[in-house]
Amino acid sequence: MADLPPTTDEPIIRLEDVSLFYGSFRAVRNVSYPFRTNAITALIGPSGCGKSTLLRSINRMNDLVPGAHAEGRLLYHGEDLYGAGVDAVEVRRRIGMVFQKPNPFPKSIFDNVAFGPRVNGVKGDMADIVEASLRRASLWDDVKDKLKQSGMALSGGQQQRLCIARAIATEPEIILMDEPCSALDPRSTLLIEELMLELKQRYTIIIVTHNMQQAARASDETVFLTMGDDRAGYMVEAGVTSELFTNPKSQLTEDYVSGRFG
Amino acid sequence: MSIETPTVASGAVHRSLKRTGPHWPSLIFQGLLAFSLLFTLLALLFLLVDVLNRGLPVFTARGMDFLTSPLSSDPTKAGVSQALWGTFWIGVITAVVAFPLGVATAIYLEEYAAGSRLTRIVDVNIRNLAGVPSIVYGLLGLAVFVGVFKALDIGNGRNVIAGGMTVAVLVLPIVIITAAEALRAVPIAIREAGYGVGASRWQVTRQLVLPAAFPGILTGIVLSLSRALGEAAPLILAGAVLGSYSSGGADLVGQLVGPYTALPIVVYRWTTLPQEEFRQLAAAGMIVLLVITFIANGLAIYLRNKYSRSW
Repeated sequence: MADLPPTTDEPIIRLEDVSLFYGSFRAVRNVSYPFRTNAITALIGPSGCGKSTLLRSINRMNDLVPGAHAEGRLLYHGEDLYGAGVDAVEVRRRIGMVFQKPNPFPKSIFDNVAFGPRVNGVKGDMADIVEASLRRASLWDDVKDKLKQSGMALSGGQQQRLCIARAIATEPEIILMDEPCSALDPRSTLLIEELMLELKQRYTIIIVTHNMQQAARASDETVFLTMGDDRAGYMVEAGVTSELFTNPKSQLTEDYVSGRFG
Repeated sequence: MSIETPTVASGAVHRSLKRTGPHWPSLIFQGLLAFSLLFTLLALLFLLVDVLNRGLPVFTARGMDFLTSPLSSDPTKAGVSQALWGTFWIGVITAVVAFPLGVATAIYLEEYAAGSRLTRIVDVNIRNLAGVPSIVYGLLGLAVFVGVFKALDIGNGRNVIAGGMTVAVLVLPIVIITAAEALRAVPIAIREAGYGVGASRWQVTRQLVLPAAFPGILTGIVLSLSRALGEAAPLILAGAVLGSYSSGGADLVGQLVGPYTALPIVVYRWTTLPQEEFRQLAAAGMIVLLVITFIANGLAIYLRNKYSRSW
């Protein structure tokens, strides 16, 4: 399996019957979905439905939570991310992450972006890597004259783009975004969305969002999750975004995307 | 169309907004708080004035001679040079032993073993250890450190290394607790951001968490150092010389494995002597100890402000 070259049709991430637990509590139940390469897939659903948990299981960020574990298979190019001998640090290098609240390091803008390549032992001209990453995150023109200044001094929207540049700098294949715009104003939100559309040429993006319009505007595919009676999140419906929003198969989906609950 | 304006008797609003009288419970409470502050300040002030009053004449009469003279039964000649060296070495040994061990323990508890059952048990016990009377640590120092040096036939075992190790163990819980609290105060978002770009636990700890926690850790270290330098009880048990002695300060080896004493010990000793002159010397010794502590604390505040970050 692993020796097969990935084709464009091969989903970059394929979830097979994935259940996620915190101790004995099941947070996500039996999700299966193939995430398409170079597409933006949105995870939507009401609060507590496990969409962030699902997102964070894809780069094994949940390993940091004591008692968290996964069942089922999370395949990356056909390789099980939770298989024996798989190093979570290597996984996170290939599957980057942007968080809900912009969280630049208390370091300079330059060092923020260079941190990932440095810890991963990347050789080569760091200044080039930093510039290319900042350009791709549409932040270069804003910060090129103040690379030595603290990343914390930027505005919220700029900080989030700095975090995107930081994620890009390690050359991941996939970027996970956990409600990246929830702390931003509408203008900054729009900038991030435009940026996502550019980034998907190079990267695969999976984004958790509370904002239905954002999912409709910016994503190619949408996965809708909701909470069951046992408080475990499960997948109700998933597919091409325009289909799911205009012609949902499930009543639950229709109620949610039209704003009747959640 | 007219909207009826509610008519209020003239001055009624004004009267209803006006204070009706003093609010006694808040005033009494505020008074009690202010009294507590005043009491604390007055106690400290009294102590300080008393010590300065008795001790300063020693410095005006003898100047630096008090700092450079050895112990003596003649109060006009006695000084604290041996005690200063002893206190210096105790500080150095505490720094070398307690700080790396304490900070490393805190890092392990907070960054590597956080949340486990064992960690919680260890954490509670360390907090209890911080409250154990210092004389108990003195017994430990006598039994273990002095015992070891004696067994190795290094002098009679009662040397400044044994004393320093005893004090180092004494402040270890304080170092661990303050360092652990400083580490815990680093936002989880910083750690997640580091892991998110593929950093290992060591890289996140070394390059992100430790620098962010550094000011807090440093403050804890310096406060522990002040505590270490001021301890007398455990040193008495761990072999510090209570009377006067010659030698000491001769060479490095002699200082480290020969008889030793420390500032708090000398101050204690002098206060127990019958001659009034020695009381004055004790006060002068306290001034020296206070100055050292103030310098240490001032350094802590300076470094904390210099390195402190906000996020």
